[in-house]
Amino acid sequence: MSTSWPLWEVFVRGKRGLNHVHVGSLHAPDAEMALRNARDVYTRRNEGVSIWVVPATSITASSPDEKDPFFAPAGDKVYRHPTFYAIPEDVPHL
Amino acid sequence: MSFDNAYESLLGGEDAHWAFGTGFSEALSGVDREFPAGVDREALAAYCLMLGDDALIFSQRLSEWCSRAPELEEDIALANIALDLLGQARMLLTRAGEVLGRDEDSLAYLRDEREFRNVHLAEIDCGPGPGGDFATTIARLLVFSSWRLALFSRLRGSADPVLKAIAEKGLKELAYHRDHAAQWTVRLGDGTDESHRRMQAGLERVWPFVDELFATHAVEAALAGVAVDPASLWSEVDGVLEAVLSAAGLTRPTDTKAARVAGMAGRDGVHTEVMGYLLAEMQHLHRSLPGAVW
Repeated sequence: MSTSWPLWEVFVRGKRGLNHVHVGSLHAPDAEMALRNARDVYTRRNEGVSIWVVPATSITASSPDEKDPFFAPAGDKVYRHPTFYAIPEDVPHL
Repeated sequence: MSFDNAYESLLGGEDAHWAFGTGFSEALSGVDREFPAGVDREALAAYCLMLGDDALIFSQRLSEWCSRAPELEEDIALANIALDLLGQARMLLTRAGEVLGRDEDSLAYLRDEREFRNVHLAEIDCGPGPGGDFATTIARLLVFSSWRLALFSRLRGSADPVLKAIAEKGLKELAYHRDHAAQWTVRLGDGTDESHRRMQAGLERVWPFVDELFATHAVEAALAGVAVDPASLWSEVDGVLEAVLSAAGLTRPTDTKAARVAGMAGRDGVHTEVMGYLLAEMQHLHRSLPGAVW
């Protein structure tokens, strides 16, 4: 039976989080039950205030084979990071 | 919480360094535990045992599904519900124990069958044992949580501050339990021929035990203003069940009532045959190793 239920990816926004974070996946027959299952499986420890579920098939992922052409060119461009600015002390989590 | 500055909500609190935060709070902290003037304490203890045992015994039944539910996700869902009910049982047995001079463990593990006050619906085997299956379990959960939700909703007006606080906390849990059961009832009832047949059979299995839920007991009658008269809950619960059953395309079973023994049932400590087996499993560890803790 498990094999016939499609896979869903689960994203949870924590109490202090500003964005949804991928936390894992689960099986469910449809979106409504995926949301409920996500509540039961991934927010048992008081983690979340909002949940997104997305069919795993809807996600287009980059391929490990393309890793170098995709990401390596950015490796030596340190000037793209804002590391040359002074950071004010009262701005946390930057 | 102010959102004038997005960073504000990220700051403050001792657990600010946790990504998700913990934010746990003790359920009944700050609740006045004095007994209200004029309340019959013996009756209050008996009432807390009734409601506490319902939750404890049903929790034990639900936990039997651990590792046996049809899906991993549902396995966790049933365990979550069992834990919610266990939490309610702990608070209620603790309250009873304040009158009886016993702690929650002593009441859960060291009472014998005739001292338990739960309704029969909580104790019967609805699966995974031979007495039922997942659909039967859902049928029981639907009836039990619809009834207990209505009960707790009224219990918020109790003169006992502890019962009031327990009801306040339990209400949100029970609303989810009922919702979970209703979702599954509609899915199974309105699913395939086989799922419909099983859901209908599950309803037929639990229906004879519905009558007991709404029978006023002497303990409840003696606690006006503190306890809820279950007879007053029927029309509300009946309306909920009717709506779910009709959405699921299921037929309301004919009104049969499980037999009583000399007019007595679970609230009087008279239980069905399976209760002894259930208690043996639940209590044997504590009795074999007195005082054992995790």
